Amino acid sequence: MFEYYLSLLVKAVFVENMALAFFLGMCTFLAVSKKIEAALGLGIAVVVVLVITVPVNNLIYNNLLREGALTWTGMEGAESMDLSFLGYLSYIGVIAAMVQILEMFLDKFVPALYNALGVFLPLITVNCAILGASLFMVERDYNFGESVVYGAGAGIGWALAIVALAGIREKLKYSDVPAGLQGLGITFVTVGLMSLGFMSFSGVQL
Amino acid sequence: MADTPKSVIVSPIFANNPIALQILGICSALAVTSSLSVAIVMGVAVSLVTAFSSMFISMIRNQIPNSIRIIVQMTIIASLVIVVDQMLKAYAYETSKQLSVFVGLIITNCIVMGRAEAYAMKNGPVMSFIDGIGNGLGYTVVLLFVGFIRELFGSGSLFGIQILEKINDGGWYLPNGMMLLPPSAFFIIAGFIWLIRTWQPAQNEEAEFKIAPNTQAKEAV
Repeated sequence: MFEYYLSLLVKAVFVENMALAFFLGMCTFLAVSKKIEAALGLGIAVVVVLVITVPVNNLIYNNLLREGALTWTGMEGAESMDLSFLGYLSYIGVIAAMVQILEMFLDKFVPALYNALGVFLPLITVNCAILGASLFMVERDYNFGESVVYGAGAGIGWALAIVALAGIREKLKYSDVPAGLQGLGITFVTVGLMSLGFMSFSGVQL
Repeated sequence: MADTPKSVIVSPIFANNPIALQILGICSALAVTSSLSVAIVMGVAVSLVTAFSSMFISMIRNQIPNSIRIIVQMTIIASLVIVVDQMLKAYAYETSKQLSVFVGLIITNCIVMGRAEAYAMKNGPVMSFIDGIGNGLGYTVVLLFVGFIRELFGSGSLFGIQILEKINDGGWYLPNGMMLLPPSAFFIIAGFIWLIRTWQPAQNEEAEFKIAPNTQAKEAV
């Protein structure tokens, strides 16, 4: 059992890395990777939000939306009710609400972390990696335990990738780049090479 | 820039391309471009969602309280994406399977949100609609460019029709396997950005540090 969860975690971090294998959260990935500190703050925020939202969305999907999930209400015809088309709306709602709650909670009880995360928390709502993880969770039919592990793994993988990219970019600004590739272009090439590197994990058998 | 309908629709395609210049909506641009037909479907879907969400948001922009505008925009976008998703499942089931979660990810596609925030909240419905179409087109152009290169060199075909005879089928073309892998999309987009910026040097970014010219050989001795 433990080994199964461990392999799921390793798979989510390395083999199916959110940023480098699925290109999720690319916009923030490219925009906030100029400094290591900022990248680290955003990475931690993503991990926290993913660990919370993926399991919550899992509960919502399994207990409210999927076909026959409403049987427990005892309503007439609940066995054949399929609300899964409402999925997107519910997941994004949950994510927006969770981010808001997390923001208020941190502001009240952990002001240090709140100040460190700053503007990144609200930005996370529109980060594709967060919604993407919930959608993958639904597509692969994870149960509650798996979704906690998957959320953590996906978050850690994304954080790892953005911190690594920020490290490279801090060095890269001293290099002599052709004018047209300056900035965005060279960053794309860098991420492509990193992504090639992460491809090598895909042969790992767990 | 004067806001005529023509300039609004044309400028996002090359001059102010959402992907190459504004760094918006890259996630899906990379993931769905391994074949051209999927790229087209995705481009059309994003253009429609952007156009209609901008139009609806612009219609109610004066009624939305500022503090909850993100949620309101999200709801509108999510509803439109659900419509697109259901349509795809009904009429193009195979393609919708290939797109998998990326249809849902249109919701968080920064182009849609970005246009809603930056344009639709300040302009009338008709112009917002046109602006949405224009930005959708800019996105589609990049998608087509990447999809064309990846499918042609990766599997030697376009729209699934064999163009270059593969060696396996007795032809002469050895497919470039890397083109089908995710990283190739990064390199192609980098190339696309380079092309656009060579053509329009005004878009070049300033280097943070200037490198001193190389030391002359006689000085180094």
